[in-house]
Amino acid sequence: MKKEWPQWEVFVRSEAGLAHKHVGSLHAADERMALENARDLYTRRNEGVSIWVVKSENVHATDPSETEAFFAPSEDKTYRHPTFYHVPEGVKHL
Amino acid sequence: MYTSISDGIEGAPDGGDARERAFDERLDRALKIEPPDWMPDAYRKTLTRQISQHAHSEIVGMLPEGNWITRAPSLQRKVILLAKVQDEAGHGLYLYGAAESLGTSRDELVLALLSGKAKYSSIFNYPTLTWADVGAIGWLVDGAAIINQIPITRCSYGPYARAMVRICKEESFHQRQGFDIMWTLAHGTAEQHAMAQDALDRWWWPSVMMFGPPDSESTHNVQSLRWKIKLFTNDELRTKFIDQTVPQAEQLGLAIPDPDLRWNDETKHYDIGPIDWDEFYRVIGGNGPCNKDRLQARVDAWEDGAWVREAAAEHARKHGSDAA
Repeated sequence: MKKEWPQWEVFVRSEAGLAHKHVGSLHAADERMALENARDLYTRRNEGVSIWVVKSENVHATDPSETEAFFAPSEDKTYRHPTFYHVPEGVKHL
Repeated sequence: MYTSISDGIEGAPDGGDARERAFDERLDRALKIEPPDWMPDAYRKTLTRQISQHAHSEIVGMLPEGNWITRAPSLQRKVILLAKVQDEAGHGLYLYGAAESLGTSRDELVLALLSGKAKYSSIFNYPTLTWADVGAIGWLVDGAAIINQIPITRCSYGPYARAMVRICKEESFHQRQGFDIMWTLAHGTAEQHAMAQDALDRWWWPSVMMFGPPDSESTHNVQSLRWKIKLFTNDELRTKFIDQTVPQAEQLGLAIPDPDLRWNDETKHYDIGPIDWDEFYRVIGGNGPCNKDRLQARVDAWEDGAWVREAAAEHARKHGSDAA
């Protein structure tokens, strides 16, 4: 069997000013075909104004079995949030 | 478009180790399972089969309706049907993507269909004899599909649930355009009305069967319900479909082909006559009116397209961003 076309992850900007968001994946021979297929597959009803495609093999992700340890450094730092601090009565614009 | 042809469970549940307990706990807390997460083999296999069969159904489902694109009765009906059939291709591709995330390649999934190993929804093994059949498919088959699919937007597997959200958004256009065709025919000439009735007569029972065997015979319900890849039983979904469709048929002025159909004031549901499950199993078993044609059309498309796939891959090798 011939090797199948590579898989691409698709990110769509739904309107100007918003970030691109992951919407799914597809197969295409090259980046131009990936963009055109992404348009036909994920924006048939005006869902986007810009598309990014990235080869799936180039996406690196955190390991789910290490989620707890990986994100632990931010867990106990409640002083990073404004709600940690007591605002004395009468003090405004803080 | 879709159906629950098979919610088959492969293999027995894995042993109760710590990973399995953590997995069960995620399900109990209604947390989604994502592709890199550990999951029992049986869950992975069952989902791969369910999602890929759903994908195959979308792709094979393009054939009966595609049959009428060149003969649609107006330019407007033609562009609508083209858009609908294109949506079905899209639904198939969203679902193949979700199935691949479980670790089976696209080619393996497609070849399982072409070899006859994988199943697709039995409903597409019936022929579309008249234009009214396009209306009946949209109204009944897509209507049944919506009832099947809406709960799956809440299923435990993230990629499947997200694909289903996109599909459900697009599906209601499909059902309405089908109802619109039926409405126009039902309010047209006597011949057009008869054509609409004939389509309902042929599509009603296969649509009722789309929800799969009765709960009393479906051994897969329990495990799939526990895994949250099925949220209602076959009979619950079937009842919902009948309850919402019967009044629509009355509004169309068409008769449901079931002499035993009547409202039950105690259960607050419709009672229906016996379902011909022999026919269901005969069609699933490969002996429906169009099984051979449908599969042959997919095999031909795959083989005729081989040179295109190879040429595009070669072009990418020579001119793509990765080209040396």
